Amino acid sequence: MNWHNSAITVTTLLPILGALVIICVPKDKDRLIRGLGIFFTAAALVLAIAIAVGFDYGTGDFQFVLNVKWIETIGANYHVGIDGISMPLYVLTFLLSFLCAIYTWRYVPDPGRTKAFLALMLLLETGMAGTFIAFDLILFFVFWEMVLVPMYFLIAIWGSANREYASIKFFLYTLFGSVFMLLGFLALYFSGPTDALGHHTFDMLRLTEFGAGGGFSRTFQLVVFGGIALGLAVKVPMWPFHTWLPDAHTEAPTIGSVLLAGIMLKMGTYGFIRIAIPMLPEGAHAYAPWIGGLAVIGIVYASLACLAQKDLKRLIAFSSVGHMGFVMLGIATLTPIGIQAAIFGMVAHGVITGMLFFCVGSIYDRYHTREIAVIGGGMAQEMPKLAGVFAFVAIASLGLPGLAGFWGEVMSLLSSFNPAPGLNVGLFRAYMVAGGVGTVLTAGYFLWMLQRVNMGTLPERWSGKGFRDIIAVEWLAWLPLLALTLVLGLFPRLVFGITDNAVGALTSLIGR
Amino acid sequence: MAGSVNVFVRYAWLIPLLPIASACLTLFFGKRTPGRGAVYGIAALATTMLMSLGVLWHFVQGNGVYAPAGLEWFTIGPLRLELGMYVDGLTAAMLVVVTTISLMVHIYSLGYMHGDARFTWFYFVLSMFTAAMLTVVIANNLIELLIGWEVMGVCSYLLIGHWYEEKQNSNAAIKAFITTRIGDIPFMFGIIMLIAATGFTTTNIVGVGEAIKEPAISALFVSMAAILLFGGTIGKSAQFPLHVWLPDAMAGPTPVSALIHAATMVAAGVYLVGRLFEVFLHAEPWVLTTVSIIAAITTLGAALLAIVQDDIKRVLAYSTLSQLSYMVAGLSMGEEGMTAGFFHLFTHAFFKALLFLGAGAVIHAVHSNDMSDMGGLRKQMPITFWTMIIGSLALAGIFPLAGFWSKDELLVVAQETGHTWLFVVFLVTAAITAFYTMRMVMLTFFGDYRGHGHPHEAPSTMTGPLIFLALCTVGVGFLGAPQLGSVFGDWVFFEQPHAGTFVAWIALLSTVVAVGGLAVGYRLYQRRAERDPMESALGPMWNVLQHRYYIDAFYMRAIIYPTRDTLSAAVYWTNQHVLDAAVNGAAALARGLSHVIMWFDRTIIDGFVNGLGETAGSTGGLLKKVQSGNVQWYAAGLFVGVIALAIAFIRIA
Amino acid sequence: MIRLPLILFFSALLFSAGVYGVLARRNAIMVLMAIELMLNAVNVNLIGFSAQLKDVNGQIFALFVIAVAAAEVGIGLAIVILLFRNRESINIDEVNLLKW
Repeated sequence: MNWHNSAITVTTLLPILGALVIICVPKDKDRLIRGLGIFFTAAALVLAIAIAVGFDYGTGDFQFVLNVKWIETIGANYHVGIDGISMPLYVLTFLLSFLCAIYTWRYVPDPGRTKAFLALMLLLETGMAGTFIAFDLILFFVFWEMVLVPMYFLIAIWGSANREYASIKFFLYTLFGSVFMLLGFLALYFSGPTDALGHHTFDMLRLTEFGAGGGFSRTFQLVVFGGIALGLAVKVPMWPFHTWLPDAHTEAPTIGSVLLAGIMLKMGTYGFIRIAIPMLPEGAHAYAPWIGGLAVIGIVYASLACLAQKDLKRLIAFSSVGHMGFVMLGIATLTPIGIQAAIFGMVAHGVITGMLFFCVGSIYDRYHTREIAVIGGGMAQEMPKLAGVFAFVAIASLGLPGLAGFWGEVMSLLSSFNPAPGLNVGLFRAYMVAGGVGTVLTAGYFLWMLQRVNMGTLPERWSGKGFRDIIAVEWLAWLPLLALTLVLGLFPRLVFGITDNAVGALTSLIGR
Repeated sequence: MAGSVNVFVRYAWLIPLLPIASACLTLFFGKRTPGRGAVYGIAALATTMLMSLGVLWHFVQGNGVYAPAGLEWFTIGPLRLELGMYVDGLTAAMLVVVTTISLMVHIYSLGYMHGDARFTWFYFVLSMFTAAMLTVVIANNLIELLIGWEVMGVCSYLLIGHWYEEKQNSNAAIKAFITTRIGDIPFMFGIIMLIAATGFTTTNIVGVGEAIKEPAISALFVSMAAILLFGGTIGKSAQFPLHVWLPDAMAGPTPVSALIHAATMVAAGVYLVGRLFEVFLHAEPWVLTTVSIIAAITTLGAALLAIVQDDIKRVLAYSTLSQLSYMVAGLSMGEEGMTAGFFHLFTHAFFKALLFLGAGAVIHAVHSNDMSDMGGLRKQMPITFWTMIIGSLALAGIFPLAGFWSKDELLVVAQETGHTWLFVVFLVTAAITAFYTMRMVMLTFFGDYRGHGHPHEAPSTMTGPLIFLALCTVGVGFLGAPQLGSVFGDWVFFEQPHAGTFVAWIALLSTVVAVGGLAVGYRLYQRRAERDPMESALGPMWNVLQHRYYIDAFYMRAIIYPTRDTLSAAVYWTNQHVLDAAVNGAAALARGLSHVIMWFDRTIIDGFVNGLGETAGSTGGLLKKVQSGNVQWYAAGLFVGVIALAIAFIRIA
Repeated sequence: MIRLPLILFFSALLFSAGVYGVLARRNAIMVLMAIELMLNAVNVNLIGFSAQLKDVNGQIFALFVIAVAAAEVGIGLAIVILLFRNRESINIDEVNLLKW
C-alpha cells in the first residue's frame, strides 16, 4: 500500500475515525469535542487537497485507483478512484464539512449534545465523499444509503418544530427512490458482462464499457433507466419528486441544510452522469426529452413557488429545486458542454446555496424567526455586513455573470440550443426559452426577498435588541465560500479545466 | 493592423481593471482612508481618462483596429473562451465618453453625496459600475461583454436603491433590474445563437462576424439572432416596450442618474448594436425596420411624456429615452447611420450628463425634485444656470452646440437613405424636445422662487464638473462638423469611413424647428400660472400622459401582480395540495394499508394460531374433569379397563 | 388335596373384597390393607397353581410378592403418616393432588 492507491481510502474514511474518537471523549469536554471535529475535517480536507494536487489534469483517466476483492461470492469489489468528474465534488464535500465544523465551534443547535452532533456529521461526510469515489455499484449503494441515517438524525433531533414529519418524509422518500435504484443495479448485474468463469460483476467501469458498447438491449435499457432515474431523481430532487426537500430544509439545523443542499443533492445528479447515462445510453436518449422537460418545469415552477414563500429558509429550499433544474437540463442535453455545465452548476450551487443557508441560519440566530414578514426589513441598517453578504450571495445565486452561479446556467442554456444528435432540437430550444424565463423569475424572487429583508427601515420591535453583526467564527466559515463564489465566477477554468477531459472521455464513450 | 500601436492601446486592458482595483480598495480600505475612500475612484478614473485619450490618439493618427489574441480563459468541449480586448475607433470613443463622464460624476459626488451614511459604499458601486461599462466596451467576446452587461445591471440596482430606506426607491431598483433582465434573456439567446453559428467554437466578436457570413448560416438564423440581440438593447437602452424602468430609476442619487443616462447603462444598449452591427446588416431587412419602428415609437412617445413631468429629473429621463431612440433609429438606417448614431451618443453623453448634474445641483439647493418647488434660481445659482442653459440649448439642437451637429447629421442620413418617415419623426421630436427643454428651464430658473429655505450655489466640487462638461458640450460638436472634415467619422465607422455632408436646408429647417419649440415654450411659461398651461392645452391627453399611457399600470396589473401574487400562490398551492398531497397521500395510504394488514395479521393469521391453541385448551378442559385427583376413581378406571380387556381377550379367544 | 377350582374361587373372593376395599374405603389405612388383600389373593392363586402343576416357580413368585408387599406397605404407611402430619387427616378423598 502506497500513497497512490491508499490516498482515497484514507481520506474518505478519516471522518469515520474522527467520529469514533469523538464518541470516546467524555461529553462534558465540549470544547475538546468541537476542536476534534474541526481537526478531523481539516485533516481530511488537507488530504483531499493533496489528492487534488497530485492529480494529473492532463488526462480523462481514473487515478488513485484501488481495486481489491470485497464480497467475492457476488463479485462486489472495493473499487475506488477519482477522475475529473468526481474531483470537484469530492473536494467540495470536504471543504463544506470543514466549514460546517468551524461553524459548529460557535453554533450547536438545540438540544446541544455536541458529541452526537459532530459524530453524525463526520459519518455523513464519509458517506457523501464515498459516493463520489466508489466505482462498484454495491459500494456506491452502501455509501449512498450511509448518508441517510446521520441526516435523518440531524433533522430529527436538532431540527425545528416540525422535525419529525420532515425527517421521516426525507428518509422514506429517498429510501423509496433507492429501492428502484437498487433494483436497477441488480438488473445491470444480472444482464451485464461476465468473466471467463461466468461470474457477473458490479464494477462500474466494466458495466460502463459494456453498456456504452451497446451490450444491453433497448427494451432493457428503457426499463432499467427508468428505475435508476427514478431513484436518482428523488435525490436531485427533480420536479415532481421534490416535495421532501422544502420540508427537510426548513426543519433541518443550519449545518444539515448546508450539507444537504451543498452535497447531498449532487449525489443524484452525479449518479446520472456516472451511472445512468453512460451505462444505458439508449435509455438516456429516450428519456432525455422527458428529463429536460421536468427540469424546466422545475425551474419555472420553483421560482414561482419561491415568490409565494413566507419563510426565508423555505424560499431558499425551493430555489434549490430551480437551480438543480438547470443542472438536470444540462445533463439532459447529453452534450459535453451540457454535462460540464451541470458539474459546474453543482459546484456553484453547493457553494452558493450552502452559503445562503449559512446566512439564513445566522439571521435566525439573531431574530429567532425566519418569517420574512416578521423580520420586516432594515437589516442593512442594523447589520450592514450580514446584509451585504446575504445580498452578495443572493445575487450570485440569481446567476450574475462574473460570479459562480452564472456559468452553470448559461452553459446549460447554451447546450440546450444544440442538444446531442438524435434529440429533438426544437423541443430543447423551447426548454432553453423556458429556462430563460426562469432566470427572470429567479431574479424577481431574490430581489424581492432582499427588499423585504435587507432594505427599508428596522421595525420597532427589533430596535434596541443590539444585534451583533457577523462574528469571527462566521467570517472564518464563510470567507472561503464567498471567495470561491467570486473566484469560480472569474476563473471558471478551476472547474471546467478539471472536468473537460473526463467529460470528453465519457461522452466519446457514449457517442461511439 | 495599420501603423504602430502606442503604449495606451497596448495596455488598454488596464482601463477596466483600474476602476475594479479602485472599487476593491474603496470597499476594503475606504472607511479608513481620509475622505472616506472617494480618492481611489477619482484617481483611477483620472488615470483611465488619460489612457482613453491616449487610445483615441491612436485613431486620431489614423491607425487601424488593434485586436490582439486574448488570454485563454477556459475550454469547455469544443468551445474556447478567451479574455481579451478589441479596440477600434468605436471602442476608443466610448472609452473616452465613459471615463470622462464617470470622472466628472465621481468628482461631483464629493459634494452631492457629502455626509451620506453610505458614502464609501456609494463610491465602491460607482467604480464597479464604471468598470463594468468599460468591460462591455473593450470586450472582444460575447461572454465577456455579457458579464460587464449584467454586472452593470446589478450596480444600477444597487445605485438606484441607494437610499433603500424608502420603499419607493427599492421598488425602482428592482424594477430597473428585472426589466432590463427581461431584455437580457433574448439578448442571451441571441448570443447563444451567434455562438452556435460558429459551431460552438468561439465567442469572439470577430469570429462571430466571420461565422455569420458562412453560406451555411441562413439569413433567417442571423435575423433571429439580431432581433434577439436587440432585445438586450430594448432592455438596457430602455426602448419601448421595456422603457418603464428608466423614469423610475430617477429614485437614485442624481449623479447616478447622470452616469446611467449619459455614459453607461443606456449607452451600452446602443453600443451593443454598433459592436455587433455586422449581425444586423447581414440580417434580413425587416430586422432593421423593426428596430426603426421601435425607436420611432419611443422617441415620440417619450418626448411627449417629458412635457407633462413636474419632477425635473423625470423630464430629463424621458428626454434621455427620446434621444436614445434617435441613436437607435440612426443605427437602424444602416452603415451610413452608424456614424451619425454614435456621434449623437457621443455628444448626448456630454450634454445630458451636464443637464443631470445641473439638475442635481438645483435639487441639492432646494431639497426637492419638483419644479413646482423651484423657480427664479438664476440669481442664486448663476453657474448652474448658465451651464444648464448651454446644456439645454445643446439638447434642443441649437447651433453651434453639440446637439445641433449630431441631430443634423442624423437628419441628413435619414434624408439621404430615403427614410423620409424617420426624417419627419426626427423633426417633430426635435420641436417637442426644444419645447419641453424650455419649459424645464423656465420653471426652474425663471419666475419667482416657490420653494422653502434659501437656495445657494453648489460647492466647487459640483460646479467644477458642470463647467468642464459645459465646455465639452460647446466643443465636441465640432468633431463631427462636416465643415471641419467630420473627424468623428474617421474614428467610428463600419468598414468604410463615411464623411458627413452638410445640407444647408436641413440645418436651417432643424434650427427653425428648434427655435420654434423654444419660442413656444418661452411664450407659454413666461408668466407663472397656477395650473400648468399644458394641462388645458392637452385636454384628455394630459391625463394619459400623466399616467404614462397606462403602460406601467398595465404591466403591474397584467403581469407583475398576477405572477407575483396569484400565479405564485397557485403554484405553491399546487405544490402543497397536489404534489405534496400525493406524497402525504401515499404515506397515508401506506399507513391505512398497514392498519388493514395489522387487522388481518391479528385476526386471521394470529387468530388461526391462537384458535388452535384455544381448541386444544378447551378440549383439555373437558378431559381434565376425568382427572379428579381421587386415586380411587383411577383405580376404578383401572379395574374397568382390566375387565374390559379381559372380556375382549376372552371373546377374541 | 384341595381342588383347584375351590382355591380359585377363594382367591377371586379375596380379590373382590380387596377391590371393594380399595374403591370404597375412605381411610387410607383401610385402602392399604385392601391392597394387601388383593396381593394375597394373587399369592393364593400362585400357590394353588404351583401345587397343581408341581412347579416350584409359583411359590418363588409368591415369596417375591410377599417381599414386595412388605416393602410397599412400609412406604405406604410412611406416606400415610406424612399425610396425617400435614393434613391432620387420612381421608383419601381430601388427597386429590394428582390432578390437572
